[in-house]
Amino acid sequence: MAETAIKSTPITRSTRRTSPIRFDWEIIIFSLPALLFVCVLFVYPFIYGVSLSLRTGALGDGDFTLNNYIQIFNDPVQIETIGMTFEAALPVTIFSVLVSIPLAYFMRRGIRFERLITTLLILPVTLGTVMVSQSMLIYFGRQGWFNQALQALHLIKNPLTLVHNWLGVEISLFIQGFPFVFLLILGYMSGINPDLERASKMLGVGAWGTFRRVILPLALPGIAIAFCLNFVANFSVFPSAVLVGEPNALTRVLAVQAFRAAYEQYNRPAGTAIALVMGGIELAVVGGVLFLRGRFTRGATLGGGKGT
Amino acid sequence: MANASTLPKLPRSGATRITRSPLRWAAPILFYLAIGFFVVNLIALVSTVVIDSFAQSWFKTLLPPAFTTNWYTSLGDDHDIGQLLLNTFTVAVTVTGFALIIGFPAAYILARKQFRLKGLLTVLYLLPLLIPPLVYGIPMATLLLRFNLGGSILGIIIINMIPILPFVILVLTPFIEQVDVSLESASRMLGAGRLYTFRRIVLPLVIPGMLTAGVLAVVRTIALFDLTYLVATTASSQTLVVALYGDAVAAGIRAHQAISALAVIYMLTTMAFVIVALLFVKPTQFAVQIKTNSTKGG
Repeated sequence: MAETAIKSTPITRSTRRTSPIRFDWEIIIFSLPALLFVCVLFVYPFIYGVSLSLRTGALGDGDFTLNNYIQIFNDPVQIETIGMTFEAALPVTIFSVLVSIPLAYFMRRGIRFERLITTLLILPVTLGTVMVSQSMLIYFGRQGWFNQALQALHLIKNPLTLVHNWLGVEISLFIQGFPFVFLLILGYMSGINPDLERASKMLGVGAWGTFRRVILPLALPGIAIAFCLNFVANFSVFPSAVLVGEPNALTRVLAVQAFRAAYEQYNRPAGTAIALVMGGIELAVVGGVLFLRGRFTRGATLGGGKGT
Repeated sequence: MANASTLPKLPRSGATRITRSPLRWAAPILFYLAIGFFVVNLIALVSTVVIDSFAQSWFKTLLPPAFTTNWYTSLGDDHDIGQLLLNTFTVAVTVTGFALIIGFPAAYILARKQFRLKGLLTVLYLLPLLIPPLVYGIPMATLLLRFNLGGSILGIIIINMIPILPFVILVLTPFIEQVDVSLESASRMLGAGRLYTFRRIVLPLVIPGMLTAGVLAVVRTIALFDLTYLVATTASSQTLVVALYGDAVAAGIRAHQAISALAVIYMLTTMAFVIVALLFVKPTQFAVQIKTNSTKGG
């Protein structure tokens, strides 16, 4: 044990080039617990879920059937649900990304109160979806502070309906997702080598031109990742679609339907099938975005040091 | 999109100089207005819940006309608060503890080694974070039901481990990468054994990372709703977040102040964990961490 150890550690840095094939017990022993865990708790349930969704019976004890999937795609209600899920997830994801890009661009070299701002931004992540939605019911309610403030400023006459509808879900997803998207894009933008920007300015390009021709192309791979991660979270929205949305009308998203089938109609196979369809659509979107990212940004990875 | 090679074509726009000055003047104002608007609403959002939980009644006024602590004293009528807190603590601490113990060696390998199937291993660790929780959650909850673990604390701990373990690995890896390999090599060359080097060199340097990952994992576990909800089908296995959701869904049954009081308890639980963790982490440790990071990058 001690011998192999002494041999292996001092050369870890060079292994990158020399011998990637070398059999290393350390890798296996150290990774085994986590690997076993992921296989038993994630891969196995996932495969079990696929087989569950192909069976009849409340707990999947029955015969093989494709009915659970056929029902989803033959049911106009479920097809509408897929559309509603996109209507809930896409606008807020695009909006979060579009708002984050100029804000991150401005903050890329650091600003005053940066520490305070980032700390406050992590607050909604700390609180979680349920807490944010519950607070929204009071704050954005018809008699809440938000409507009171707008009325006091004479911006509106009658209070706006901001919860228990599509907008409520969008606001809740924005509160949860925007800080995450913003901080992620900020990380990518502050990683762009400032010399490139200086070079562009020196060549006589204005601020807008530099942003459009230098910063944006270099930040695009990061922006695509931020979009994907945010979309994943928004597409599987569940508690806020119920609490601040209209789960029986416009925000009847796939996650809500999957839960209802599995837990309210006690049909686990049908619920699993809906959940798997949700996961499949979501992965297809993410795959598409990553494919475009690969095509558009090839060669544009002139990264650099962080900061000046 | 523009490629890096198309850059030199640009220097013909002299007009942009003129438009630059008003933008330069307006940009900070717009920035602070936008971020300020978000942050102010965020603080107000949380404050309303706290104020509401102390309000006798609250309609259409800036502040409630009269205050009371009744909503807190009567919380026990609807919920077994002690049980809820105990469940929340048990789940959060157990999940985080196991995730750190199992995740650390895995993160160490990802940070220090290069090997053939590393990409595949990384994807496997990342997948549970990318797939919606309900996709593996519903079959997993069904499996737990078959093993008679439905509605049990153990079942909740098991299902929460699925996204938390990969999350901990993800957070820990860059922290381990930052510890200079030559420190380990030096210790070994001076005759220290593998375990001694780990205990005296690696571990002390990685403690800030472990604490950061631990705090984030605890906070995430407390707030993680979807998966816990699928398993917590009995009253005795509910955690705070599940009870809060249950109350909020059945909003007609009780006054919203009662729900707010439970929400404040939930918020304080999360904050308590963060504050306790910050007591044990010296802020300077974070500063050192950031410094090594920037010198490495810049």
